[in-house]
Amino acid sequence: MRGIALDFELLIVILVDGLVYSSYLFLVAVGLTVIFGVQKVLNVTHGSFYAFGAYFAAYLIGLWTNGGLPDWGGFLLILGSALILGVVLGVVIERGLLKHLYGRDEHVMVLATFAAFLVLEDVILLIWGTDPYLAFAPLALLGSTEIAGLIFDVYSLSMISLAFVVAVILWYGLNRTQFGKILLAVIFDRELSMAMGINVTKVFLVTFIIGTFLGALGGAYHAPIISVQPGIGVEVIVLAFAVVVIGGMGSIPGALIGSIIVGISRASAVHMLPEVELFVIYGIMALVLVIRPEGLFAPVKARRI
Amino acid sequence: MTRQFDRTFWGLTAGLLFLFVLNLFLEEWMRTIGLQSLSRGLVAVGLLILWRTGLVSFGHALFFGFGAYTVALMQIVGVNDIFVLMFCGTAVAGLFAFLLGFLLRQYRAIFFALLNMAFSMILYGVLAKVESLGSTDGIGINQITYLGLKPEGEGYRMALFVFAAVFAYIAAVGAHWYLKSTLGMMTMAVRENEIRVEYLGYSAERAIHVKYVISGLLAGAGGVIMAITVGHVDPESMVYWIVSGDFVFITILSGTGNVGATFIGALVYELLRTYAFEFAPQIWQLILGGSLLFIIMFLPDGLWSIRSEWRNRRNLAAAARSETQVAE
Repeated sequence: MRGIALDFELLIVILVDGLVYSSYLFLVAVGLTVIFGVQKVLNVTHGSFYAFGAYFAAYLIGLWTNGGLPDWGGFLLILGSALILGVVLGVVIERGLLKHLYGRDEHVMVLATFAAFLVLEDVILLIWGTDPYLAFAPLALLGSTEIAGLIFDVYSLSMISLAFVVAVILWYGLNRTQFGKILLAVIFDRELSMAMGINVTKVFLVTFIIGTFLGALGGAYHAPIISVQPGIGVEVIVLAFAVVVIGGMGSIPGALIGSIIVGISRASAVHMLPEVELFVIYGIMALVLVIRPEGLFAPVKARRI
Repeated sequence: MTRQFDRTFWGLTAGLLFLFVLNLFLEEWMRTIGLQSLSRGLVAVGLLILWRTGLVSFGHALFFGFGAYTVALMQIVGVNDIFVLMFCGTAVAGLFAFLLGFLLRQYRAIFFALLNMAFSMILYGVLAKVESLGSTDGIGINQITYLGLKPEGEGYRMALFVFAAVFAYIAAVGAHWYLKSTLGMMTMAVRENEIRVEYLGYSAERAIHVKYVISGLLAGAGGVIMAITVGHVDPESMVYWIVSGDFVFITILSGTGNVGATFIGALVYELLRTYAFEFAPQIWQLILGGSLLFIIMFLPDGLWSIRSEWRNRRNLAAAARSETQVAE
């Protein structure tokens, strides 16, 4: 398709591929940014949440299809597995690990989650082994469609709508619900909200569960498109870092813009200049950090004297 | 000025002499572990120097990679002497650290860590695509010579070990003296309160820049030793972000109290990794991650804090004894 294609076709391909990739990045990065915004923890285990989501969903879909059950059930399984993982992993990591470390240096927190990430990598291997899992039933179910004479699979396109839905729900939840307002208060001033009687411990736990759920959902929804195999979490987490840094750490609109920027640039690189595919993302990340160290959308911070 | 008895300096010297003797008896695989510890230890000393300022880099594999790949490039043009390779490897890494330092010295906390990571991932992306350097497969490193001489058999690795040990010794003593100097001490003040340091008339940014270059040089040297030790360089094991994470791991493990402790920490890390991989290949990352968690939770100042803990207890016990004596 590439090379001989007309410029218009190339543009469509880049746009669609880019948006699909952006939505995948958004789903993963938004959980990371939510957790960072509230807890100020740059959570490396997020890569494991993604990997867990992908493995669990692929495993369940495999069982489901082998049992001869209808293919649309796959979508319920994806949602269900993400929910279960969100609660289980979220509680284990937050209560079991992070709770003991609040108040320590930022980079100590990063390292602790890095350590937990290493542990979880092997836990995944212990549970599901080293063989790759494939779960293409939902992908096959939705079939493919034609846009401007080019064929795309509907499942990938549906990822764009999922990302959109998640973005809207998060926006609504944060700005229009009571929990959202409490959350904003905690983000703004943790100590003062405690003094006002907000149960910050509970807020932290709930936020972390939401973040974990989002990471697992990203993995679970991505599972049918990819080959689920060891090491998928390692790559995802640095990508998510890049997105979050570009958008501004802790900002949800930032994660959205960041993923679109990264998604489109990567798609352009893949289709026009494959040599730079691997580092274009980090190039942008470095560039953004140079021009606007706090990221494109980060809240302003006061200087400590 | 009377010079106080410098425990660290004599400790390092004794350590070097011990390594010389040990070198004669080591098995080949042990020597490899020793070499890798010295290599990673060098990088970790650089990170320790940065850590004293409160800065942590999640991208020092960048300079490690520059050192390692400089060896590969120099061998392509036919240079095989370890002294030349070492000089060029550290110089290239140091040069890049100097240039990037102008930018990075303006950053603090998590931004510093992540910008470093971004740069290391750029290098990773480039190296993974450069086919003349083997892209993701990497490229082999030939055997090296020592000023034209090339010891045969076991002597080859023994000479390498001596070279690495002496180099690490010089670097460690240098780093130790630097940390005791006014410039070195000042950066601890930078960590506490940078703006006050500026009011006192020092440039915090320049102090950080100096540290950054030193850490880059050390990481480059570590990369050179690692490349020659392993005999192969590839982006995944030299430049990827996990490699940077391992360096920070060693720094946490050793604590930031003492330069010598860093090499002990590097050795512990290397042994942990080797044995975990040997006896439990299924769960070696779990063991590694678990130990890191243990250190973070229970020994926040690293292995070195065990020693100060003992000393505290002994002093407390002594104080308690003298009190009871007074009471009697």
